[in-house]
Amino acid sequence: MSQERVNDFVVKFANVNGSGSASANRLFAKSVLRMGVPVSPRNIFPSNIQGLPTWYEVRVSEEGYLGARGGVDLMVAMNPQTWDKDLASIEPGGYLFYDSTKPLPTSKFRDDVHVIGMPLTEICNREYTDARQRQLFKNIIYVGALSALLEIDVKEIEKLIGEQFKGKDRLIAPNLHALHMGRDYALKYLPCPIGLRVRRANRVGNRIFIDGNNAAALGCVYGGATVAAWYPITPSSSMAEAFMRHCRKYRVDAASGANKFTVIQAEDELASIGIVIGAGWNGARAFTCTSGPGISLMQEFIGLAYFAEIPAVLFDIQRGGPSTGMPTRTQQGDVLSCAYASHGDTKHVLLFPEDPHECFEFAARSFDLAERLQAPIFVLSDLDIGMNERLCEPLQWDDARRYDRGKVMRYEDLEAGREFGRYLDVDGDGIPYRTYPGTHPRRGAFFTRGTTRDAYARYTEEGAPYVENMQRLLRKFETAKQYLPRPVVAKAKEPARHGAVFYGSTGPAMKEALDRLEEKGVFLDTLRLRAFPFHDEVTEFIESHDQVFVVEQNRDAQMRALLLNECGVAPAKLIPVLHYDGTPITARFITREIGESLAALNVKPIKRTA
Amino acid sequence: MTYIAKPKLHHPELPKNKLGYTRRDYEGAISTLCAGCGHDSISAAIIQACFELDLAPHRIAKISGIGCSSKTPTYFLGSSHGFNSVHGRMPSVLTGANLANRELIYMGVSGDGDSASIGLGQFAHILRRGVNMVYIVENNGVYGLTKGQFSATADPGSKDKRGNANLDDAIDMVALALQMGATYVARGFSGDKDQLVPLIKGAILHRGAAFLDVISPCVAFNNHDGSTKSYDYVREHNDAVNRLDVIPPRAPIQAAYEPGTVETITQHDGSVLKLRKLEAHYDPHDRIHAMHYLEQRKAAGEIVTGLLYIDREPEDLHARLRTVDAPFNQLNEADLCPGAAALEAFNAGLR
Ligand SMILES: Cc1ncc(C[n+]2csc(CCOP(=O)(O)OP(=O)(O)O)c2C)c(N)n1
Ligand code: SF4
Repeated sequence: MSQERVNDFVVKFANVNGSGSASANRLFAKSVLRMGVPVSPRNIFPSNIQGLPTWYEVRVSEEGYLGARGGVDLMVAMNPQTWDKDLASIEPGGYLFYDSTKPLPTSKFRDDVHVIGMPLTEICNREYTDARQRQLFKNIIYVGALSALLEIDVKEIEKLIGEQFKGKDRLIAPNLHALHMGRDYALKYLPCPIGLRVRRANRVGNRIFIDGNNAAALGCVYGGATVAAWYPITPSSSMAEAFMRHCRKYRVDAASGANKFTVIQAEDELASIGIVIGAGWNGARAFTCTSGPGISLMQEFIGLAYFAEIPAVLFDIQRGGPSTGMPTRTQQGDVLSCAYASHGDTKHVLLFPEDPHECFEFAARSFDLAERLQAPIFVLSDLDIGMNERLCEPLQWDDARRYDRGKVMRYEDLEAGREFGRYLDVDGDGIPYRTYPGTHPRRGAFFTRGTTRDAYARYTEEGAPYVENMQRLLRKFETAKQYLPRPVVAKAKEPARHGAVFYGSTGPAMKEALDRLEEKGVFLDTLRLRAFPFHDEVTEFIESHDQVFVVEQNRDAQMRALLLNECGVAPAKLIPVLHYDGTPITARFITREIGESLAALNVKPIKRTA
Repeated sequence: MTYIAKPKLHHPELPKNKLGYTRRDYEGAISTLCAGCGHDSISAAIIQACFELDLAPHRIAKISGIGCSSKTPTYFLGSSHGFNSVHGRMPSVLTGANLANRELIYMGVSGDGDSASIGLGQFAHILRRGVNMVYIVENNGVYGLTKGQFSATADPGSKDKRGNANLDDAIDMVALALQMGATYVARGFSGDKDQLVPLIKGAILHRGAAFLDVISPCVAFNNHDGSTKSYDYVREHNDAVNRLDVIPPRAPIQAAYEPGTVETITQHDGSVLKLRKLEAHYDPHDRIHAMHYLEQRKAAGEIVTGLLYIDREPEDLHARLRTVDAPFNQLNEADLCPGAAALEAFNAGLR
């Protein structure tokens, strides 16, 4: 019954929030990565309250599957509060590692699970007198023990500790001491190695390990954002904080020490988006980052930015909704509320990054798009990408790349007598020209307002100019497509009648699910959406398949609704595959749902008799 | 209601300021507000102030919320960019605009409904952030545009047009501005242009958060007996603490003042504000005293006007944030983008 798995298993750490386990758990994940084996960790945490349960799940996968798998092969059970649940989540034949300082009755275990007890508290109490040290080093001690149990090269961990405490060198030796104490104990008293093992491989390449919010924040720096306005909300706060950090590193004028950025922690989300709009109107690149409730509060302003045509970038790091919902769980629940944000006829450009690499790329690009299109741009990330470190391609920048500042008439243009009408469609692409305030003493000034106006920005309530304007906005939306990242289409190995559409953080689980389905003889062509408005390929893809699964993480099949609404395809063509319990979607779930669905589809239609 | 452009006929004899502009160059479209609306007098005062200060009209940005008052930026400074934002949220838009380009002059125009009700939060926060601007509330105690509901600045017991009494306490915008950290706080009256124009000039020259509460009667809904924001009421109860003369920095600074009656305030940029005191003991440098005085006079049923508080050495938002001198909207790739090599180093740290 013993699990024999090399470079392919899931370890989960059950901890108590505030016990300092996060950095030790990360050390564990990164040491596996340093051995050349892909890992994908996920934080599962409560809404920021000390003492509550928190988990860190590390998937080790030589094949490179980065989606959540479901199930646990080795549970490091450090939280008595969640014992029963943690025990239940172990796969048959898996392992339980626990603090055996206080022996537990056999009734607390499972027959089909290997139990490895180590008296962690006792070891710590013997070694350390300080309460905080006892707590912190306990974590390092179990990392040391795991290194022996799983055959992780301890040198990699030692190196990581050295890197982690660079500059605080006096902390290195005590950490190494704790590490070896745990390791030595395990080698002496525990059944090392167990059936789960890490073997050096060469499967990481030059990929990097970073979370989406950090990458998106750096994308904002590269994209030239100078104004960030935000209001704290999980899971987006770390993005604003990372932007601040990156700016302090990259955006301080060397000569004067002055800042080429501002970060305003606004009084609320209304003010955040207002600041972004004011800055965008005045020609600076500005963004806000928030989550669903913040987007709700910003609605009126979003409509203004749409109608008055002001560049603005909004990062929505989605979490479980509606209402306060599940603040620390993941979802793709804001697709519709962003696509059609605000009152009246509005539609907005959405970008769906799949991983931190795309978070960076789309973030940088969003400012070009906002200025090119003079419109709000939404980057729809989520907690799963935003707050978890993910293995991804290195971030890239081409120094020849220039910012697209869009259609701006400068002093020279106005001086040369070029006609200026703020809402004139000069080029037929729906995008008008704008001027920055203060450009020219006599020409180019205009009034920005949310009320209707004519092509020269003069207030009017006449029907005809209003309709013309609304039509032009649609034209602009059509134009947007050519500037947006195209969908990624992948053909199945065999000709496929069915297809699957997915987007954002669903990507890694999808990749794995397709492999599993293929093993069962199920072949699916796929299309990964990367932007809204949808490129024409999206409609073509749907139309060229009998049926298309739309895989997403919300209850109401929001992307499916958007596809139906915007692509004019028959509803029966799109089969929803929906995961929305707040945990990241897994390959197991997708495989099962699609498998069952296809089985049902293949059932011969019942013949009606008369 | 549509936009009515003013005929661009210039009288050749119109006086010009130092930049060669006439007063007409500071005007906007013809007002569509009710004849006699206090807001139009404020627009006229803004026009005069900008003309007299020799400001280049296009270097001013006018930002407002929603309401009759917030419509007024259309009626002055026609060659300036204007922005009618959403109800109560002018302050955040102005803050963003100011961050993007610190070199323009920012004029925020709002109403008492706009700033004291829906926008009270943003009003408070823009002052505490020290955004360099002139924030004018055209205060009529009612919602004009939505036809006469009480606003949060209506005094308790004051009556609306139909004779209903206001049951709620009033928010005193000046008292609030003092508390929120505005560094220039004044109250004017749309019917007293001689006092108002210099107050606006002083606010423009002030390099920090300048707040101006201007009592501006609504002739359509709040200019009747029983209203405490009517022309008659304000004229009868006005207690002016000082009158202001403003001398921009380029003018030679005169040294002769009548001791005891005139006080001079030299600001950071060298501009001189001359205060002609009407109240013997009024000291506009003392925030706490100003608050105290305001409450005292209010208890006596008086409306205090004049420059109530000024911080001679204000610090604005850009100074606090230590931003570069160049406007953000002029920075380019070379200033902003760390480049491929830095990114490669960043990547290397993540393996
Ligand atoms: C979100 C929102 N709510 C309500 C309104 C309706 N509204 C327009 S103007 C106004 C009040 C304006 O009052 P005030 O600021 O005192 O300006 P006044 O018209 O008196 O000058 C209201 C409530 C609106 N435009 N937007
Ligand atoms: S309704 Fe009142 S505030 Fe509005 S324009 Fe008329 S007088 Fe002025």
